[in-house]
Amino acid sequence: MSESPSHQPVVLIIDDEIQMRRLLRVTLEGNGYRVFEADSGQAGLVEAAQRRPDIVVLDLGLPDMDGLAVLRRLREWSETPVLVLSVREGEEDKVGALDRGADDYMNKPFSTAEFLARLRAARRRAQPAGDNAVFVSGPLQVDFSSRAVTIKGKEIKLTPTEYSLLRLLARNAGKVVTHGQILKEVWGPNYGGQTHYLRVYMAHLREKLETDSSRPELLLTESGIGYRMKAEA
Amino acid sequence: MADDSRPDPDALLAAIQKSDAAAKRGKFKVFLGMAAGVGKTYAMLRASQRAQREKIDVVVGYVETHGRKETEALLAGLNVLPRRKVDYRGVTLEEMDLDGLLARHPQLAVVDELPHTNVPGSRHAKRYQDIIELLDAGIDVFTTMNVQHAESRVDTVRQITGSAVQETVPDSVLDGAEMELIDLPPEDLLKRLDEGKVYVPERAELAMMNFFREGNLNALREMALRLAADHVGQDVHDYLQAMQIAMPWRSGHRLLVAVSASPYSPHMIRWTRRLADNLDCPWLAVYVEQPHPISEADQERLTRHLALARELGAEVITTADAGVARGILRVARQQNVTQIIFGKPGGAGIIDWFRGGRLLRHLVRESGQIELHIVRPEQMEQPERKWRWNPGRESPFWQYGAGLGVVGLCTAVNALLFSRLGAEALALIYLLGVVLLAFGVGRGPTLVTAAASALMWDYFFLPPRFTFRLTHVEDVLMFGMYFVVALVLGQFASRMRWQERAERRREARATALYLLTRDLADAADVDDAALRLVRQVTEAFGAKVAVLLREPSGGLARTAHHASAFAVSEKEQSVAAWAFRFGKAAGRFTDNLPSASAIYVPLQTNRGPAGVLGVALEGDQQPTLEQRDLLDAYARQAALVLDRLRLDAAAQQAHLLAESEKLSKALLNSISHELRTPIAAITTAASALVEPATPAGLRGTLALEIQESAARLNRLVSNLLDMTRLESGNVKPRMDWCDAADLINVALRHNERELSRHKLALSLRQPLPLVRMDFVLVEQALNNLLLNAAHYTPAGTTVEIGASATADEMTITVADRGPGLPAGSLPHVFEKFYRVPGAPAGGTGLGLSIVKGLIEAHGGRVEADNRPGGGAAFSIHLRVTANPSPALEPAA
Repeated sequence: MSESPSHQPVVLIIDDEIQMRRLLRVTLEGNGYRVFEADSGQAGLVEAAQRRPDIVVLDLGLPDMDGLAVLRRLREWSETPVLVLSVREGEEDKVGALDRGADDYMNKPFSTAEFLARLRAARRRAQPAGDNAVFVSGPLQVDFSSRAVTIKGKEIKLTPTEYSLLRLLARNAGKVVTHGQILKEVWGPNYGGQTHYLRVYMAHLREKLETDSSRPELLLTESGIGYRMKAEA
Repeated sequence: MADDSRPDPDALLAAIQKSDAAAKRGKFKVFLGMAAGVGKTYAMLRASQRAQREKIDVVVGYVETHGRKETEALLAGLNVLPRRKVDYRGVTLEEMDLDGLLARHPQLAVVDELPHTNVPGSRHAKRYQDIIELLDAGIDVFTTMNVQHAESRVDTVRQITGSAVQETVPDSVLDGAEMELIDLPPEDLLKRLDEGKVYVPERAELAMMNFFREGNLNALREMALRLAADHVGQDVHDYLQAMQIAMPWRSGHRLLVAVSASPYSPHMIRWTRRLADNLDCPWLAVYVEQPHPISEADQERLTRHLALARELGAEVITTADAGVARGILRVARQQNVTQIIFGKPGGAGIIDWFRGGRLLRHLVRESGQIELHIVRPEQMEQPERKWRWNPGRESPFWQYGAGLGVVGLCTAVNALLFSRLGAEALALIYLLGVVLLAFGVGRGPTLVTAAASALMWDYFFLPPRFTFRLTHVEDVLMFGMYFVVALVLGQFASRMRWQERAERRREARATALYLLTRDLADAADVDDAALRLVRQVTEAFGAKVAVLLREPSGGLARTAHHASAFAVSEKEQSVAAWAFRFGKAAGRFTDNLPSASAIYVPLQTNRGPAGVLGVALEGDQQPTLEQRDLLDAYARQAALVLDRLRLDAAAQQAHLLAESEKLSKALLNSISHELRTPIAAITTAASALVEPATPAGLRGTLALEIQESAARLNRLVSNLLDMTRLESGNVKPRMDWCDAADLINVALRHNERELSRHKLALSLRQPLPLVRMDFVLVEQALNNLLLNAAHYTPAGTTVEIGASATADEMTITVADRGPGLPAGSLPHVFEKFYRVPGAPAGGTGLGLSIVKGLIEAHGGRVEADNRPGGGAAFSIHLRVTANPSPALEPAA
């Protein structure tokens, strides 16, 4: 990060563990962020209103209120990207957080490199998208206006459902899209539990797009949660 | 925050007091009067007001003021519970709201008129049963009663007043009560009556006038005084016992009363109870079952008599013996009885006289040390006992028809033989007919046949023929002898038949019990035992059967066990719960809650009831004594078995606990090493990093060391958490359609770093169907297998990951080319804390057991084997079900 102090991005950390906050502060300040801390959900909401952070790092296990509740209250008035931290178990919590508008999640413990990368990706997504009609990731290119999908310049034929699936993931590239979100967006609100549709179409899509469908590079599985399109220019 | 969680001492104290109160039985006080109008209700309400002033929580459950002003005034200020309205045959009646009172749970409940009979359909038939329930719930009760309603005084009252009392209260109910006598001189009472201050129902006016005579009142007053005095004596006695002052039974007596179906029996039972009261001793009521059967009416009476004895506080014993006297004496000796009470034989018939006399002589001769009381039966109406010609009651009419038919047949045969044989020989043909018939029919028909045959013989064959006249002395003699012989032979044959039948019934009963015992002995667990019990009882009684078992919490299950043949409604369940709580049979054909549709028998054991057996008999037929006995025997047997099974389960539990203790020791040993090692590494490396003297070149290595150790710690903690979740049964897979290829790919990606020094070979045998599983959990299992492969095999060897599927099973394999598993360790590798001998350091022996737990939670299985050519192979097998096929669409 080589931004000047006036353009320093602002991060708000909401976590009750002082050690965790200290570590994150050291890491983030060393990478050019301005850091604010809150040790409870209430304090976090107040801080978020006062500091107007560019991104919020939210721990789900808070002493005074549920992390999900903090997220819901925050989303009532703010579109600030939120990165959720959680200990390993509890896929339900993660899915719940993503469905309630969190941008990404990370399991504790995590590596700082990965954390910083995720933070950057979340911030990039939050920038007003240049209304780009073309999505590119590695060999894949999706032209949203003409609905043309190419791999290394070679055109790939997709069924309408495959295309909708790909478009949804591409539009949210770098971000986890939960099973529930995909089913609702692509198949409609009545298909909430029909995961097998998703599995079958995802397999087809990989067959068509991935170099080695058993070692996918573009369409990544987030176990128990959903899928993520690899974001890379 | 810490302050909030500390219990409030006041609340704690209140809770302790409350639980104490619930544990104790309520105190019972009876305001006793000699007759209506002495002011019992008035006195009771005054006492209630007093109690309320002493800050006792008083609720009036039911009080009848009969519109008397001064009584009504006393109700003011007391909490009065609204009455329950009951529709009975179109009339709305009011009853005490027992459930409301129990729910309200005051310290003291005021309930008027103890002997009251509840409207049919109420929980209990009698109000005193309601009150027992209140007392058992720990609620003190005030109530009122007139002395004439005391069960043991009923005979005396009838003698005094000339009318029988319908509503009676068993003395056992009064046993624990404190009595307060509300006394009023008879002349004062009569004055009050004249002044109209005594409530008298209009229709009963005449009878009441007859009742309220000074002579009657004097006698009743004396009785009331005595009853109250008796209870004072009992209080003192109870006190002495409670203070453990040696005085087991004041007199050392033990009474026995012989009970039969005779209408005199109730009188004798009450007589014995009074004597027992006076002697202050225990008493037994004994019925000796005899080989010959008794009629249904007798059976019903007998059941009533035994119930009466039980109600009056006797220990009831039923025994079987050929001789009544022998049976009674046997029981008397076994039970150390000192006095036997026996009815003076009073039957009018010569046989009764003869039989009774013989019995008494036998008793007197054999009783030895035991005293005998021969009680004069009271002169009273003899219902049904008077000799009445009532054919068809014991033997159906067809038997009489058959008898006459046999006589007719014999006469016809004899008519043919008459020309060749003499009249004397023909008598033998008749005799043969009578004896053969006697084997098939009852006593009455045998008698009729014997008489008819004698007359036929006389009429048709004895000279002068075709008249009943007998001219010769030898003919008269022969006729007389024939008659006697036919009667005696017929009687004998008939008796033999009865005995055989009784024998067969007893045998059937023994067989039924044996079958039940044998069947129950094979029961594997409590559920199985319940199933078998239902089956056996259904077979034996031809009735619908339900079983309710005790919950682990100690209460009775809310719903019937699933083996039951009928669903027990909420109302019926409360009947069963009553039986469960009080250890007495309840429901239909019993004294408790008789409006229920089934009989509920508690399955009683030494450690409290194991449950309740419900039997819904078809029809309105009251079960016979024998059936009730058999049912009780069944219940006892079932209770024993259920109890044993429960103990078995407890023993099993204890064994498991011991086992888990052993495990936790192994855990501690293994964990302490596994935890300390990485912590030591981290501490050492971190302290070196802090040290400024550490050369910069080393810092990177030290940081890597910390990272490695932390990862190891993280793995260990995850494993421990997983194990704990598996052990506590908290792992509930969220089953969803998953793609195995995707799963393997994700697992490989997760373990990229750990597997970086191994060659990987992936073989997916397409097509792989979707499998219903919890993606995260199975991935975790696969992760553990991959980590094991990485950890226990040399770098540079190949790890092969494969997936294949058959029609009903999907297999995921992780195979390595490491040292393989030592012989003998194969059966144990999936056990908790098992470590393969000679395995490299690090690892708790939890990884594979977690794999097993996770996969088994999916209904799948795991396998481990050595591979030909070296190395080990672990496989996960998951069930495949038919894949739903989403409609596919053509490419756009």
